[in-house]
Amino acid sequence: MGKPNDLVQGTLDMLILKTLLPEPMHGWAIGKRIQQLSGEVLQVQQGSLYPALHRLEQQGWIKAKWAESETGRQAKFYSLTAAGRKQLEAETANWSRLSAAIDLIVSEA
Amino acid sequence: MRWLERLRMRIQMLFNRGDAAANLDDELRFHIEQQIAENIASGMGADEARHAALRSFGNPVLLREQARATWSWNWLELLLCDIGYGVRTLSRTPGFAAIAILVMALGIGANVALFTIVRSVLLKPLPFQDSNRLMRLYEQSPDDKFPYNDSAGGVFAEWKKQSRSFSDLAILSGFGGYNLSGSVEQLPEGVRAAMFSWNVLPTLGVQPALGRNFTANDDKPSANPTVLLSWGLWKRRFGGNPSIVNQTVLLDAKPYTVIGVMPAWFAYPNAAVQLWTPIYYQMPATEMNAIDSHDFVAIGRLKPGVTETQAVSELTLITRRLHDANLDNPFVSKGASIRPLLESLVGDIKTPLYVLLAATGCLLLIACLNVANLLVARAAARRKEQAVRTALGGSRLRLLRQHLMESLLLSACGGAAGVLLAIGVIQWVVHTRHDMVRMEAIHLDGVAVAFAAGLVVLCALFSGFISSFTAKGDNVLTALQESSRANSAGHGRTRLRAVLLSLEVGLTVVLLIGAGLLLKSYARLRSVDLGCMTRNVLKMDFALPEARYSKPAQRANFFDALLERVRNLPGVEAAGFVSPVVPGDGYGGDSGFSIPEHPAPPRGKLLYALHRWTDPGYFAGIGIPILRGHTFDGTQQPGHATEVIISDAFAREYFSGEDPIGKQLLSLGHHPFEIVGVVGDTRFTAGEAAQPSMYFALDATDDMNNATLVVRSGGDVTQLAMPIQRIVAQMDRDLPVSGILTMDQVVGRSTQDASFNATLLMVFAGLSLLLAAVGLFGVLSYIVAQRTSEIGIRIALGAQREQVLRLMLLDGLRPALVGLVLGLAASVGTARLIRSMLYGTQPLDPAVFTVVAAMLVLVAALACMVPAWRASRLDPMQALRME
Repeated sequence: MGKPNDLVQGTLDMLILKTLLPEPMHGWAIGKRIQQLSGEVLQVQQGSLYPALHRLEQQGWIKAKWAESETGRQAKFYSLTAAGRKQLEAETANWSRLSAAIDLIVSEA
Repeated sequence: MRWLERLRMRIQMLFNRGDAAANLDDELRFHIEQQIAENIASGMGADEARHAALRSFGNPVLLREQARATWSWNWLELLLCDIGYGVRTLSRTPGFAAIAILVMALGIGANVALFTIVRSVLLKPLPFQDSNRLMRLYEQSPDDKFPYNDSAGGVFAEWKKQSRSFSDLAILSGFGGYNLSGSVEQLPEGVRAAMFSWNVLPTLGVQPALGRNFTANDDKPSANPTVLLSWGLWKRRFGGNPSIVNQTVLLDAKPYTVIGVMPAWFAYPNAAVQLWTPIYYQMPATEMNAIDSHDFVAIGRLKPGVTETQAVSELTLITRRLHDANLDNPFVSKGASIRPLLESLVGDIKTPLYVLLAATGCLLLIACLNVANLLVARAAARRKEQAVRTALGGSRLRLLRQHLMESLLLSACGGAAGVLLAIGVIQWVVHTRHDMVRMEAIHLDGVAVAFAAGLVVLCALFSGFISSFTAKGDNVLTALQESSRANSAGHGRTRLRAVLLSLEVGLTVVLLIGAGLLLKSYARLRSVDLGCMTRNVLKMDFALPEARYSKPAQRANFFDALLERVRNLPGVEAAGFVSPVVPGDGYGGDSGFSIPEHPAPPRGKLLYALHRWTDPGYFAGIGIPILRGHTFDGTQQPGHATEVIISDAFAREYFSGEDPIGKQLLSLGHHPFEIVGVVGDTRFTAGEAAQPSMYFALDATDDMNNATLVVRSGGDVTQLAMPIQRIVAQMDRDLPVSGILTMDQVVGRSTQDASFNATLLMVFAGLSLLLAAVGLFGVLSYIVAQRTSEIGIRIALGAQREQVLRLMLLDGLRPALVGLVLGLAASVGTARLIRSMLYGTQPLDPAVFTVVAAMLVLVAALACMVPAWRASRLDPMQALRME
């Protein structure tokens, strides 16, 4: 059972926003997509995913809508807001800077 | 636009919380369904797919909690949840809750009441403009014994003329009274009055609510008589009719023009004063110019930038010059002093009020300790529950919060009840002690309520933290294991409770000793012999109006005729007149004297004694023994007094070793008097030793309008009040009678402060003792319950029941004895602080200390007896089977 801080919190937020960039998605699909895109490396636990989704929604970066899923059942679909897009840009830039810096240090050795 | 989105979100989360919760459940359920579907797709059976999905999903309750924790308003939800939970747990043990709330209510209520009184009386500035610059000016008494002596009119005049430190100086006298008789239907009534110089009100910065203030023209002997009414008198007697201004009222049968009405809040110099007259009109010029007759109150407003010290040195210089210019008069002061007006009004009641406040503080601390103690017991009993909750995922912080919420709920309910209690207490105090200065300023206001709220939080944190202090270190596993075999459970908690109890007992001892000392002082004071009879003696005051009784003969006739008729009333054993006061009713004033046959006293040394004017029958009437010589023989002609009677103390001090009878005395303006008798000593107030006194013949003086009739009866003397008033009404229907009191009541009044302080402190101490006893009882009961199986084993192994009893008693008494020792040690210090409130009692009075210690041990033993006895009666079989 994963603890909520398995992934660094800010990183998970960024991953969720990034995943939602092309189209609205429900929670299960977001988890799955992150897992797939990371080549099965990143496994998002429900204990982290749903609190993160609700937090992002409270912050106004994503918004939710109930709609029919592929199986025909009502599901909660999340989509990016304009503020969310801006936040994603900021976080991506920040991440690139940070990972490049860490990379420099790590590859030095 | 993000803030708009967030606002929308917040509002939605506040009002559609139920929907949001349902949506969350649905969302999570959808997740599991998806997972199941995926599992089936990858080839699992339906059941297996379901179990695998649930397993990978984890603890759904916890997940839901974690998601909810990100919602806005979550704190509010948790708070409501905690409150609800607290209310439910508390209502499961209503007895505990009621006791805890009651205890808190007593502690908080007493504190709020005393805080309000102290703040209103001592701390709140006087309701005058810029009141911290207002000073009262004093002369230092000529013998330098007392720095705060009243001022003489002549000295004040010099101050006013020469001083540069004050922007304004004014003079007043608070002692006065008039017979107010008005139109035909209204009964005459005696009213208290004060005399103000015209600039008293401007100095204070006060305007009449109606009409105008005195002018300098009103304030001189040749002026037309004018008067200011109090708001209360105006409303009560004149129906609040504004046309009263410029009308005349009769004061002592003389017409006065009403020039104004004071605002309702104005109560200076005290709340009893109902009208004000101009002082320079009212008092004879000789009195206002005398430099040795210390009768007046001088006030002034310090100029900006002038310090008190500067003002004092200037006034002292002026006074000293006056003294040096009149070296032959020993009654002229050598120095002056000032203090803030507020201080001059409340200085005397400061110590008692602070002592009472400290006592209520102790009471609150004891209440908190007691509640903490109860909570510790509860926490111990609920240890297993807490452990289970921790095991189920309740965070420590959350549990601590719930714990604090419980004590907060208790304190809040206690605080609310306490404020109600405080309202009652304040009303009672204001009602019973309207004689106390500034009582009219006492109101329970917002600050007091805020103070109560502060106390609530403080008490909640104090009792909550103390009780959760031990819960902190608990290990879930040990808790669960320990409670299954409870024979040595919770030693840490027991020790904590014992420490709390010792503190509680210690504070109780301090309070008990304070109360005991005050009580003993009061008893001493009450049993003081005034020097006269007090049983079945009645006194009543008369003030003959100057206008109708201007000649000494008229007054003498009235007094003689009244005495004659009163003595003939059935039931009257003796009657007499005295002026100005009966024993126990106050100082009443003094006069200087000299003894021509003795060598003159050294320059600057003054001889003075209390002065009284009486009729010949007064000594027999009130039961003052005539030790030598005789009373006035009735040959004293009005206006030609030649005889004086002295008290035993006078004879001892000034005629030691010689017979005073027949000796000459010069007094009352160097008139010669012959000493014709020596009478027993009397005290002017219960708390002071007898002073040398001189008695002059009432009939023979030429300016004595006030007198007090004293009547002694064989039976219930109060029955005589009405018949005597009827006689007075027949003789002069406009003459009111006031101050009708039995001598026992007079004594009661002069010991009222002591009685009040002792009673209140006694109540506080009694409550603390009760709380401490309840605490002891609770702790020992708890220990016995915890050790049931251990005691069962002991008894089963052959321990005698007496041994068990002794063991348990010692267990309970140990903290009490530790507390007793602590308390006695602390009392040695605190008793010194109340030394000034004691009379005839040493701060370390061994009797009080012994009685308190014995009482405490006795109460503690009683409180411990029941649980200890119960332990010794345990049936070992049952005790062991209970496991």
